[in-house]
Amino acid sequence: MLNRRGFLTAAVGVAAASGLAACAKEDDSSSGSDSGSGGGGKKITLGFAQVGSESGWRTANTKSVKAAAKEAGYTLKFSDAQQKQENQISAIRSYIAQKVNVIAFSPVVVTGWDAVLKEAKTAKIPVILTDRSIETSDDSLYVSFIGSDFTDEGRRAARMLEKVLAKAGHKGAVKIAQLEGTTGAAPAIERAKGFKEVMDAEHKDDWKVVVSQTGDFTRAGGKQVMAAFLQSNPDINVLYAHNDDMALGAIQSIEAAGKKPGKDILIVSVDGVKDGFVAMSEGKINAIVECNPLLGPQLMDLVKKVNDGETVERRIKTEEGDFMQDEAKAALPDRKY
Amino acid sequence: MTTTPRWRALTHHHLFWPVAVLVLLLLVNVPFTPDFFSIRMTDGHLYGSLVSIVLFGSPLILVAVGMTLVIATGGIDLSVGAVVAITGALACSYLSDQTDQGALSGVLLAMALGLAAAAVCGLWNGFLVARMGIQPIIATLIIMVAGRGVAQLITDGQIITVNSEPYKLIGGGYWLTLPFSIFVVAAVVAVTVALTRRTALGLLVESVGGNAEASRLVGIRSRRIKIMVYVFCALCAGIAGLMISSNTSAADGNNAGLWIELDAILAVVIGGTSLLGGRFSVGGTVVGALVIQTLTTTIYTIGVPTQTNLVFKAAVVIVVCLLQSPKFRAKVFGARRSGAKGGGTPDTSPADAAPAPEAAPRMEVS
Repeated sequence: MLNRRGFLTAAVGVAAASGLAACAKEDDSSSGSDSGSGGGGKKITLGFAQVGSESGWRTANTKSVKAAAKEAGYTLKFSDAQQKQENQISAIRSYIAQKVNVIAFSPVVVTGWDAVLKEAKTAKIPVILTDRSIETSDDSLYVSFIGSDFTDEGRRAARMLEKVLAKAGHKGAVKIAQLEGTTGAAPAIERAKGFKEVMDAEHKDDWKVVVSQTGDFTRAGGKQVMAAFLQSNPDINVLYAHNDDMALGAIQSIEAAGKKPGKDILIVSVDGVKDGFVAMSEGKINAIVECNPLLGPQLMDLVKKVNDGETVERRIKTEEGDFMQDEAKAALPDRKY
Repeated sequence: MTTTPRWRALTHHHLFWPVAVLVLLLLVNVPFTPDFFSIRMTDGHLYGSLVSIVLFGSPLILVAVGMTLVIATGGIDLSVGAVVAITGALACSYLSDQTDQGALSGVLLAMALGLAAAAVCGLWNGFLVARMGIQPIIATLIIMVAGRGVAQLITDGQIITVNSEPYKLIGGGYWLTLPFSIFVVAAVVAVTVALTRRTALGLLVESVGGNAEASRLVGIRSRRIKIMVYVFCALCAGIAGLMISSNTSAADGNNAGLWIELDAILAVVIGGTSLLGGRFSVGGTVVGALVIQTLTTTIYTIGVPTQTNLVFKAAVVIVVCLLQSPKFRAKVFGARRSGAKGGGTPDTSPADAAPAPEAAPRMEVS
């Protein structure tokens, strides 16, 4: 039975190859690690375990952390977990072994961190969560969580929609199409939740989400789903996209259907990537709720405080803004990602 | 129950079940989208659900057609998704560096560059499989895993947006009121069918898939055939990659063509090609890919909650595969016909989805 043997070989091979792929890549971007050892103040060493590099947003996030660490003169141990929890756990373990001063990481998933964080606690290394939170029974396992509040972003998106509708002088029913993020991802769940909260509380009669479907946070997804929406519900007049990329894809479908994005269909999206701002300055997106990846400087402040033993807030929000169409042109040159 | 010979011939045609499922899926949409079948003119091109299905389904059809030939030789190509990403990334990053993105020569060069990279990937796969004798699933896994990294390297982890009218044509533009991608797909399918059914090439591919060693002994250069199909498959994936990036005018190294290899394999199976190799149906694959795209569109239009998307998809796929299985049909429907005759008898190999209408010789691998 050549086939069965072949299959077994194949299965073993797959396991081996994925094991290879799982080896986290680690790069030590300390700027001259031995030169800093002299002198009075000991240099802070920060271990940062990044999720991966799955989007432009994440790349900007990584760049910001690296740049800010260099600016602050910290030694940064950086690892990229390539979207795998086991890689992140082993990265954190290696930071504990290397006795870094502070560990910061952006958890891939919400659960399963208790064991490794207890090891960090035993080693007396404070842990900071960035950008994404975790679920744990023991709150003492991390000192602070710095990042965006996705539910609040949903609420802010609803507020922006109010402004957009008022500005456009819209009257009558508001029929909303929602492009959700990747099913099960925290930003997708919470951005939908926050939006619904405001809608149910204040616009129960006039607003209605007529269709809602995942576009996987991608342009291609947004484009395809919007094309189907426009067929099944031609009377949609508002689009709420959980990120700019999906909105950008949807804009193309709206144009293909012979409608004007930003006029016939009002668009509110979240993130604030550069391409989103370009579309907004062209009048194709009406409002953008910013989700700021550039939390490096804020993180470094926090690291310093934590390292000095100061008490810090449990929850720190990143500095973010909301943008209407008329602000797009002015804000465009400052967009870094 | 007596069946007329014509009806019998129809139901036993190898495309009957895939086409039946496709028609059924299309009909399911009608209650939810009343004007589902209507096609109108908008901005000088045709617009409607059917047009969207073909437009968005084009890349999958291409990838699946390439995959069909690889599977026919008894192989499999898991790297197509990564090839899609690499091609798109390379073409778009070259294009975005040009001062005049609209220049036709630049666009053609960008495309050629992308396709050349795809061909290299195909050659590598073919080399590993045919020359080194590595299991296809492993050989192609290398590019599947590493290729996305390469694509990210090319795009520098960013989504590259291009602004080029000629480049937009191949995947998102219109020609003679129809999506241009339809013409590309039609051309590729026509060339594939012509080469495999009008020349001996198809027979050679099937015999290599049936038994590579026996084929070699009768004088078929089976290694060369294998390398050829992997290159062809990668080129198809490359064209699909150009289409996908052109459709959104952006190259996304992370998400372009993600999991398309699995959809393509599924399309091949739905189309009635045996995963054991040795027999294939390009027409079936095209129908299979359309079934998958229609299913996706159906999910969007009938309002399946996002959390149950995949369950819904899985359920439909299970039904399709069961309907495809002659054994299953004989068990369920066959009881009514007193003693199934001819094509109704169960096939010997369980993984074999389609009855055997084709005249091609079939050799079992043991």
